[in-house]
Amino acid sequence: MMLKDFAKKPKRFVSGGRSCAGCAAPIIFRTVLAATDHPIVAGNATGCMEVTSSIYPFTSWNIPWIHNAFENVSPTISGAETAYRALKKRGKMKETVKFVAFGGDGGTYDIGLQSLSGALERGHDFLYVCYDNGAYMNTGNQRSSATPFGASTTTEPAGKVLQGKSLFRKNLTEIAVAHNIPYVAQASVSNIMDLYNKAKKAFEVEGPKFMVVFSPCTTLWKFKPDDTIHIAKLAVESRFWPLYEIENGKYKLSYKPSKDVPVEEFLKTQKRFVHLFRPENRNLIEKIQKHTDEEWEKLLKKCEE
Amino acid sequence: MFMSKMKPLTGAYASAEAMRQINPEVVAAYPITPSTPIVETFAKFVADGKVDTEMIRVESEHSSMSACVGASAAGVRVMTATSSAGLALMWEVLGVASGMRLPIIMSLANRALSGPINIHCDHSDAMGARDLSWIQIFSEDAQEAYENTLLAIRLAEHPDVLLPTMVCQDGFITSHGVQNVTIHDDDVVKKFIGERKPWKSLLNLNDPVTFGPLELTDYYFETKRQQEEAMMHAKKVFLEVGEELSKITGNNYGYFEEYQTEDAEAIIVAMNSTAGTAKATIDRMRKEGKKVGLLKIRLFRPFPYEEIGKALSKARTVGVLDRSASFGAHHPLFSEIRNSLYDIDSKPKIQSYLYGLGGKDIFEKDIEKVFDELLEGNTGPTKYIGLRE
Repeated sequence: MMLKDFAKKPKRFVSGGRSCAGCAAPIIFRTVLAATDHPIVAGNATGCMEVTSSIYPFTSWNIPWIHNAFENVSPTISGAETAYRALKKRGKMKETVKFVAFGGDGGTYDIGLQSLSGALERGHDFLYVCYDNGAYMNTGNQRSSATPFGASTTTEPAGKVLQGKSLFRKNLTEIAVAHNIPYVAQASVSNIMDLYNKAKKAFEVEGPKFMVVFSPCTTLWKFKPDDTIHIAKLAVESRFWPLYEIENGKYKLSYKPSKDVPVEEFLKTQKRFVHLFRPENRNLIEKIQKHTDEEWEKLLKKCEE
Repeated sequence: MFMSKMKPLTGAYASAEAMRQINPEVVAAYPITPSTPIVETFAKFVADGKVDTEMIRVESEHSSMSACVGASAAGVRVMTATSSAGLALMWEVLGVASGMRLPIIMSLANRALSGPINIHCDHSDAMGARDLSWIQIFSEDAQEAYENTLLAIRLAEHPDVLLPTMVCQDGFITSHGVQNVTIHDDDVVKKFIGERKPWKSLLNLNDPVTFGPLELTDYYFETKRQQEEAMMHAKKVFLEVGEELSKITGNNYGYFEEYQTEDAEAIIVAMNSTAGTAKATIDRMRKEGKKVGLLKIRLFRPFPYEEIGKALSKARTVGVLDRSASFGAHHPLFSEIRNSLYDIDSKPKIQSYLYGLGGKDIFEKDIEKVFDELLEGNTGPTKYIGLRE
């Protein structure tokens, strides 16, 4: 399967939605939805993509889709998946159906974490895809536990005394791994075939699967709409966002950057980090680089690279 | 003639028996006192193969109602049970369930809300959800908890209604008290219940539907208006389904039950188990020649204002017994009863009583005192039953 092949597949998430020009999330959604030929029932947590794809009486969804609330897409889709199993058991459902839940980082790392954990523990046969743009972007850039260190958000802004977020991100991928589920992966909108192959693999495995996908936000990271993929690529190349997967507990690095790109190259593309480039904040950039290097080394060990 | 069996059962067990006969495709629940034995009993039915329901043992009540929404949108029958803080935690999703017009059925073992934390009966949990477009049916005893659950399935799923429904019973008093309960014949009940025929479903792959879209200023109000209309339909359908159920059970399912009200000068209005205590008191006082009666609410949402107004118009004084408080306002049941009397020409006098919060007992002597006060005809601000001031 090549990029041009899956672009020709029936559109499950159609055009005409109201997401921002340059938004990464619709690309992620389409890629994931194309990664199985089985029918899909999708769920969405409240967030950018729920709002922009379902403004009544219009819908971007050419497949069955449900939005319940912010913190509960996992139990919602687990309810649908359980109904499906119950109907199969009673001989009232013949087709094989796949279930996927989409949530942003706010709905996944933060308010939806408990219910996600519950659904992963219960072993439902579904794929959870978190599109991670590192803050509450639907409501205008409020800090989440996925917001990177140093990023300026409206609820933890850079000012005269404080320099944006003072803590490093939560590592949700590792939290998902701790549930001992069959498949966990970290992907990026920039590496589209990697994303596609991971989603495909996930759909083929039975049980709960979890993916978190790097999803740059043109509007609130503040960069030009045509730089989305470029910026995601810099995140991967600088090792700020490593691509890897964990299959039945076994770590595998999906991509090893050949060049040594400093994390600064990624940071400088977005205005949310602009204050870090003041001379007095040089130490903060160094702190981010150090943290990135340490995390990368830890990951390499896990992957036995 | 079909087989009905009388068994000594708790209200919780009786509710679980209804669930066994319904055999829903999905039950999603989280344990909370005093509703827990409903779910435990049902879980044993699942473990013993008496039903082939898929249970989802969720990690919170918020997730239990969320899973109910997902399963119900997928077109199957879904049930749950909860109490108190559990219902409070579901609150957000209760509105989603009704807004999405999903006929989810809940057993609610009524319990006081925190704080202070208290595990015993009052109606503050149900009253906190009264404006969320759930049909609310109250049950005097275990028998009613059982039969109201059967009624609820047909009512909720009726194409003119499509609203979630909660069947309430008093926590501990009814849920844990053992009474003789007649369980009706499985086959007859199953025939009455039939199958759910969803209008739209997530699993109808040929007709993909967007459930739970964003509706802004242009459509939200219209959707809510339809919901209001559905609630009005529920009033009519309640009686129709009740009549059908009556043929199986021999019992009546009016919006309310009138007990010795025909010539009553003083009428008490109450819900759930206190109605039983009131009936016993009335029997005794009637022997003394006192003209006292009871109006027991069965259907609280939608509320039958007109019919209740008419039923109470003959009385001289009405006493309304609330088992939950509305702080800074008329208490919930009193408020509705007072509203019911507005359009009546010859209005009875009306007195508000607050009682039984956090499970404080109410005795026959308390109800007798209420009747005596009502017969005297003096009314005033809210009175408190059994309270240490």
